[in-house]
Amino acid sequence: MNLRWFLSKVVTRLVLILVSALYLVPIFWMFTTSIKDMSQVMAYPPIWWPDPPKWHNYVEAVNYIPFGQYTLNTILICAGNIVGVLFSCPLVAYSISKIKWRGRNFLFMLILSTMLIPFPVTMVPLFVVFARLGWINTFTPLILPAFFGGGAFNIFLLRQFFLTIPEELSDAARIDGASEFGIYSRIILPLIKPILIVIALFTFLGAWNDFMGPLIYLQDEAKYTLALGLQMYRSTNYVEWPLLMAAATIVVIPTIIAFYFTQNTIVESVTLTGLKG
Amino acid sequence: MRASTARRNTIYGLLFALPWIIGFLAFTAYPILASLYYSFTEFVGIGTPKWIGGENYYNLFHDELFWTSLYNTVYYVSLAVPIGFVIGLGLALLLNSNLKEVGIYRTLVYLPYVLPAVAVGFIWLWMLNPYYGLVNLFLNAVFHIQGPGWFSDPKWAKPAFVMLAQWGAGGSAVIFLSAIKDVPREMLESAEIDGAGWWTKFSKIIIPMISPVILYHIITALFGGFQIFTTAYIATNGAPANSTLFYVLYLYRNAFQYGKMGYASAMAWILFILVLIITLIIFRTSARWVFYQGGE
Repeated sequence: MNLRWFLSKVVTRLVLILVSALYLVPIFWMFTTSIKDMSQVMAYPPIWWPDPPKWHNYVEAVNYIPFGQYTLNTILICAGNIVGVLFSCPLVAYSISKIKWRGRNFLFMLILSTMLIPFPVTMVPLFVVFARLGWINTFTPLILPAFFGGGAFNIFLLRQFFLTIPEELSDAARIDGASEFGIYSRIILPLIKPILIVIALFTFLGAWNDFMGPLIYLQDEAKYTLALGLQMYRSTNYVEWPLLMAAATIVVIPTIIAFYFTQNTIVESVTLTGLKG
Repeated sequence: MRASTARRNTIYGLLFALPWIIGFLAFTAYPILASLYYSFTEFVGIGTPKWIGGENYYNLFHDELFWTSLYNTVYYVSLAVPIGFVIGLGLALLLNSNLKEVGIYRTLVYLPYVLPAVAVGFIWLWMLNPYYGLVNLFLNAVFHIQGPGWFSDPKWAKPAFVMLAQWGAGGSAVIFLSAIKDVPREMLESAEIDGAGWWTKFSKIIIPMISPVILYHIITALFGGFQIFTTAYIATNGAPANSTLFYVLYLYRNAFQYGKMGYASAMAWILFILVLIITLIIFRTSARWVFYQGGE
């Protein structure tokens, strides 16, 4: 019995190590390619760790395209989205969870139902409208909607948090003559700071990783984001693999950092959102 | 007093929701209706759309590439979603172990899920390079077989995307895992006392208890699958021989490369109705297999 328990533990551990390695290998391969020269890239058998490593690829990669400009563009879009989401998302979540009004359940259903709309359905008319407003090749179409939405999942997550805050807290403030907005900004928002940080990180990941939005709205190369810029290491019949992988490594690092700080919340969010039924 | 409180609440409720409501009207409701209208017009994006009735839909049904893109997408979804479910659930069960370092494994398996799709597309284009890619080098070195051309072989390009999608299975695994962790221990323990084996515990307790999460997963996975775009745009852009011309890729080309906005809108509406029907069917059947613990 004890032997069986021991064996099952060993087997589980081995399988988990193997699976984790399998998931890690492509990331490692990206990184190791980024420090190879072309002959090391094409070597057989494959080289796991090039000797000498060609760190200079990173210098070449950031000079191959306007990397600094694209980084700045991407950061601007991310920052705009974070501010927008943090403005609009708690407001509507508060409305449907802390204010008792007749339309709130309908509004909540409406918010959830927006999850069922594929992006291509709204894509064409949005492009037409933004083009008429002269906003193509600006960041406005990529930022403005964040100030008027916040994302259904974020709203859902926040609503669940708001619902756990006791009513007595708001009621006491109301008796003291606090306005609804005062309760919201001075009592409720400070209580949910940790989840707001997580929503900011989610928003960062979404904006940083977004490809289709920038692809549609940004045609002028000077306005590109990093996600769009990654394509420029490839021409019709040639790919600068080491440089591309160096650039990809740089682009991936901030997402790994953001991921590190959000992973626990994502794990807990299932419990929090009551998704389990 | 009561009536005025109710009125005050309604005003505040609407006021707080106002940004969202404006955004919904401007960036969701209006575009949905506009795209329905465009789908009955000939429209290049500027000027006035010209009403042509059902011609776009008629042309779509006679457009070979439309059917190719639909076939490619359905092929991809019907493999990627079930395989993704099995792998996601399998990973979750593995990660449910009580090894002390299990958090590290969870992090590593989950990590690829958050990476930018562009980077993922390039990483796998490189991993699956027929000559220098790690996968074929591995197949050659260990099994002495010549690996396929993957993204450059019409037979292997779609399976390559199915495989690529599994690299993101950590996303669903983590959600399954936290649902499994919420299954009451007493329930599993009393089943053990009654002599239930591993399979019985899994199929009779764990699966029913996490079925709402399974439902959520299947619907979001279907939505994501039908909308596959970025990785395909990067890795193959529809090639070889249109074998990876997925639905949204073809829609994107029509709208932004061929200037056929009306045609693309008709495609968008067909997709919309298709996924709504599938969602509806899943919800209908879910009453039979999704178990709610009551509560909320």
